[in-house]
Amino acid sequence: MAGAAPGKSSKQLGWEHFPHAADVGLRGFGPTPERAFEQAALALTAVVTDAEVAPTTRVEVSRDAPDLELLFVEWLNAIIYEMAVRGMLFGKFSVRIVGLHLDGELWGEAVDPARHAPACEPKGATYTALRVAEGPARLWSAACVVDV
Amino acid sequence: MDPARFTRIDATAWRIEPTGAMRVPAIIYADEELIRGMDEKVCEQAANVATLPGIVVASYAMPDAHWGYGFPIGGVAAFDAEQGGVISAGGVGFDISCGVRTMLTGISVAEIKLKQKALADSLFLQIPAGVGSHGSITLDPAEMEAMLKGGARWAIERGWGEVRDLERIEEHGTMAGSRPECVSDRAKHRQRREMGTLGSGNHYLEIQAVDTIHDAEVAKVFGLVKDQVVVTIHCGSRGLGHQIGSEFLLEMAVAAKEAGIALPDRELACAPIKSEVGQRYLGAMRAAINCALANREILGHLTRRIFLHFFPNARLDLLFDVSHNTCKVETHSVEGKPRELFVHRKGATRAFGPGHPTLPEALRSVGQPVLIGGSMGTDSYVLVGARTGEEKAFASACHGAGRALSRHAATKRWSGRKVTDELAARGILVRSPSMRGVAEEAPGAYKDCGAVVAAAEQAGLARRVARLTPLVCIKG
Repeated sequence: MAGAAPGKSSKQLGWEHFPHAADVGLRGFGPTPERAFEQAALALTAVVTDAEVAPTTRVEVSRDAPDLELLFVEWLNAIIYEMAVRGMLFGKFSVRIVGLHLDGELWGEAVDPARHAPACEPKGATYTALRVAEGPARLWSAACVVDV
Repeated sequence: MDPARFTRIDATAWRIEPTGAMRVPAIIYADEELIRGMDEKVCEQAANVATLPGIVVASYAMPDAHWGYGFPIGGVAAFDAEQGGVISAGGVGFDISCGVRTMLTGISVAEIKLKQKALADSLFLQIPAGVGSHGSITLDPAEMEAMLKGGARWAIERGWGEVRDLERIEEHGTMAGSRPECVSDRAKHRQRREMGTLGSGNHYLEIQAVDTIHDAEVAKVFGLVKDQVVVTIHCGSRGLGHQIGSEFLLEMAVAAKEAGIALPDRELACAPIKSEVGQRYLGAMRAAINCALANREILGHLTRRIFLHFFPNARLDLLFDVSHNTCKVETHSVEGKPRELFVHRKGATRAFGPGHPTLPEALRSVGQPVLIGGSMGTDSYVLVGARTGEEKAFASACHGAGRALSRHAATKRWSGRKVTDELAARGILVRSPSMRGVAEEAPGAYKDCGAVVAAAEQAGLARRVARLTPLVCIKG
């Protein structure tokens, strides 16, 4: 499964899932680490549901980590935490990174089992296949496997 | 994997000789066909585990091993704290103490079939399952602390279970050494409303028929009767365990670096057992084990209540409750001498053989029940711990079949509706809030559990007692 933001070239901005034996890998792309993190978050939501998620409620998160890759895992885990404790799904994300500090905004709505038909619940982001790097054409990618 | 890369010990044991940073060999138990079908990553990950400080004898992989996180899923490794041994959050996994319990109903398949649909609907309505579902229990801070200390015993004291269950649960229902103060507020908050919930993914509640008896003598001791029905529940420590796993993974990534431990894979993040972080993780992990034991006890209680509605004389005695994502302190014989070891089992089941002192008296003469889950539509098995399991892999066995196809590949191949209809035509009723979830867990997405348990038996890890086939499957 893969996706691209409306109105943007999929070469600049997008996400994809990649296979893992027991779980699922996700990867976001963007011109900066921030945009790649936001796209990976969309891939995380797509692990749970194929349905549209309305951005009606805003939630703020803030994380620190010793390096950019671990910060990526912390970002995904922060979303997983908010999904779990608020019973919400998120469909729109905004990330700002200064040094190794991340401030994020998530927009979403309460899980509606009938409409979202959530397939599974992410348990945590892992360090397996973890990679945040700038590739050719200044395109950043952020990837890891998520335990579901 | 190419079998030629291993030293073949016998028909079901394959050895990777220690090279480079490996401190001990890695040993994979599987027949040749399973080895050929196994992911290359199993070999790499089993070898990586063998590099960790304080590892004893060997790094093991069970016949259902597949690509995991740091450790292979199906990985077993024991560490000696006195020799700088480590504890690894990745080696336990995110779903701490995920496990299986099987309850005996004494009800015949024929009787169940008369009420199969109503029973399936009632279980689906009353057992909270799937994303966003909450139980009817909300824990305040004092109750959270009591639950994390008491495990299944706490659940029983609150009226969600039976005292007679305790001797049939590992650690007699309460994991000693739990330290709720080592569990973060975020982890506790995540669990506040999740007690008595099944979760999602590969977690399930199944009504199963005892289809085949492989060992009549042990089956009799276990209370397994052909053409009678059992209930099996597969789930773990829910959000609390996931949060503890995530938080300590990060802490241990830093701690390993500070302790000078070179990690071939970041996911092997670990800390010396005797370090402050190691001790805190042990306290938190044991609290999560209690959470899982309490959760399965509550789910068992809810199931009993539903069965009593349909079958007023049903008792649903607990056969056993086992966990397959843990680190436990156990005494094992190494080169003829007893040693206290920290045994990690990631997607592997403890499998004590006959005579083990921790087993309840009724089971001690034959050994511990080892519960092997299939997927909806596929067989599950009850095994019994073998005497030889102690020297083979610190008394451990497999935990399931393992996936043959990724979730992504499964959804491309099957639709949830079609899977549900096909299973219904075979007399298996599936209830799930998500048809995509059903497709991801389609029977064809899993390996043949029969081949895995046959290899476990041949390898001397555990012996087959009975085969179970599903009648009703509640998927999260």
